[in-house]
Amino acid sequence: MRWSNPRSSVAPASRRLSRRRLLPAVGPPLGFTTALLLASTLLLYSVPEEKHISIYSTAANYSLPILERNGTDYVGLLEVFEPLGNVTAKASGTHWKFRYYDVESEFTAGSTRVRIHGSDFDLPSNFLLENRRGLVPLSCLGTLLPRILGGPVTFNPNSRRLFIGNVAVHFTAQVSSTTPPKLVINFTAPVNPMIATEPGKLRMVFTHEALVAPGSQVLTFDSKVIPSASFQENNGAAELVVAASVPLIATFSHDGRSITIEPPPQAATPVQPPQTTSGAANAPPTSSTTTPPATRRYFAVVDPSHGGDERGASLSDQLAEKDITLAFARRLRQELESRGLATLLLRDGDSTLSLDQRASLTNSAHPAIYICVHAASQGNGVRLYTALVPVGAGNRGPFLSWDAAQTAFQPLSRSAGTFLVTELQNKQIPARSLIAPLRPLNSISTAALAMEVAPPSDDVSQLNSPAYQQMIAAAIAAGLADLRDRLEADR
Amino acid sequence: MIPRHLMLGVAALLAITLGMSLYVWRMRGRVDRGELSAANTQPVAPPVSGATEQVTLYVAYDDTGVLRPKPLRIPLPSGRQERAAEMLHALLNLYLDKFSPHPLGAESEVRDVYLVDPGLAVIDLNAAFADSHRSGVLVEELTVISLVHTLSANIPGITRVKLLVDGNERDTLAGHADLSNFYDVPTVNQVAAQLQNAQ
Repeated sequence: MRWSNPRSSVAPASRRLSRRRLLPAVGPPLGFTTALLLASTLLLYSVPEEKHISIYSTAANYSLPILERNGTDYVGLLEVFEPLGNVTAKASGTHWKFRYYDVESEFTAGSTRVRIHGSDFDLPSNFLLENRRGLVPLSCLGTLLPRILGGPVTFNPNSRRLFIGNVAVHFTAQVSSTTPPKLVINFTAPVNPMIATEPGKLRMVFTHEALVAPGSQVLTFDSKVIPSASFQENNGAAELVVAASVPLIATFSHDGRSITIEPPPQAATPVQPPQTTSGAANAPPTSSTTTPPATRRYFAVVDPSHGGDERGASLSDQLAEKDITLAFARRLRQELESRGLATLLLRDGDSTLSLDQRASLTNSAHPAIYICVHAASQGNGVRLYTALVPVGAGNRGPFLSWDAAQTAFQPLSRSAGTFLVTELQNKQIPARSLIAPLRPLNSISTAALAMEVAPPSDDVSQLNSPAYQQMIAAAIAAGLADLRDRLEADR
Repeated sequence: MIPRHLMLGVAALLAITLGMSLYVWRMRGRVDRGELSAANTQPVAPPVSGATEQVTLYVAYDDTGVLRPKPLRIPLPSGRQERAAEMLHALLNLYLDKFSPHPLGAESEVRDVYLVDPGLAVIDLNAAFADSHRSGVLVEELTVISLVHTLSANIPGITRVKLLVDGNERDTLAGHADLSNFYDVPTVNQVAAQLQNAQ
């Protein structure tokens, strides 16, 4: 069963129809809706659950049925690989030859021994051949697939979710301090979950999306209305359950990259008559609450390095690198926005983001340029770095190497770096352009630069000087504004 | 009136307590001295015996943020792997010197160098090397490129270099320079050439 091709830009009809989903308010006007939901839920639960595995990759996201043989879960190997690229299989007696691009594997029915690309590999249970269809034990996919695909695979056998390469969709969740409070969940890629409701809960089931857990399985919020949300995975799907003390509505925005969960007006103002509640629940979505804000196309993504638990360099007893990078990044965003260049700041507070999350967020925003900000006490002025792409990180089939995604953009990144160095030097700011082994530059699929800001003199505290930060931010922003056409052309 | 036998008993106990305290104090002093000598992991100087050979070390200079070649004559063993280790020890001795142009933590050490595969060299640093390293993009890059370029420039045939810390993979040296991937020597040569040009 194929769900979606991530390369396709056509939104599924279901999403277009379900921009707004409602948790029924408690009360007679919504009784019919509640009964309908309850009946459909019971109907669904009465059908025995079929076991599935969900596979997520850059080529396609899909689900396959799991077959139980002798008490062991099996899956068809050809079906696993078919959506991923050129694959052939040939059965001859008890032997089964399988080929994925130039990787040839030989399986034998009733045997655990497999020969893959000239090397032996042992399956945890026997290989099965049924009507010329090769079945492998489900539990071996995490170790078998990397040998054939030549890239990293993450398999969670308990939830039966398999991730090929770095395709994980991350999310952040934050409750606003407004009245009524809103839970805003931002995803690194568009999502279209099935939303179900039950008293005190709003449940979102992600079957098509490679959604992965945040740092903690349970997120707690400082709100009595929306106190927590929990993440769990089961039978090829991820589930996010939002606990609430009032009915909630979910609204999609940013092309499905954001979901806002909030109490409907009637829940926030319980003094209103029930008729108003009914009308709000059953009326078609109004433009004021459901029309997603126009999707913003960012010119630049500015990444204040480090943050949260990771302090970066200790520039002085009081000065941590993470604080300087954030202050500087905010100034850079302000300078870019003032020149009409839409800018996304990857963190606007003291939060922890992994390097892979930073690359994921950037690549999904499709900016014209990515700039990560560092600060150092050594030297002076500004150093601009482009990626040193590691050796041996090649592509196989339709998969781009995560470690070498920058390769095609290196000439553009370097020419942008050289141009900005000249701009800075013209403004009497010492500047230098270098190549550096600095992640996540190599995983960014657009022009990518890292800047390391050093103090103007031996006085490290000058790094915290608003005037100094402003001077550099303005010079960089002016240079990027001049480069706009060139960067936009290669986007 | 305190009985005489009680006074004698207390006096004996006091004497024993004093004696035990002195004994424990002496024993502790001995253990401290023993541990200190065991924990002294400063790199030892290369063997002074044997013929010396000229090598070129690529030394990092923090003041200008550059890498400069420094010809040096050091005694070298005959084995390829041992020669590689000796060269890096010589480089580290410069960095651990009082007047180092690129100071490293006092306990920093190159544990070993392995030439495990045609073209592949593995440099194993000790934990103190990474833990005490200053954090910053340039300062970490200078260290990494200095080690890799010194090795590849003096030992022919090395095409890739991997850095480990205490025998294990590590994401970064001190928060910036990537250690999770292999270093490709032709690319490092390009970076080293760039680092030899002052701004």
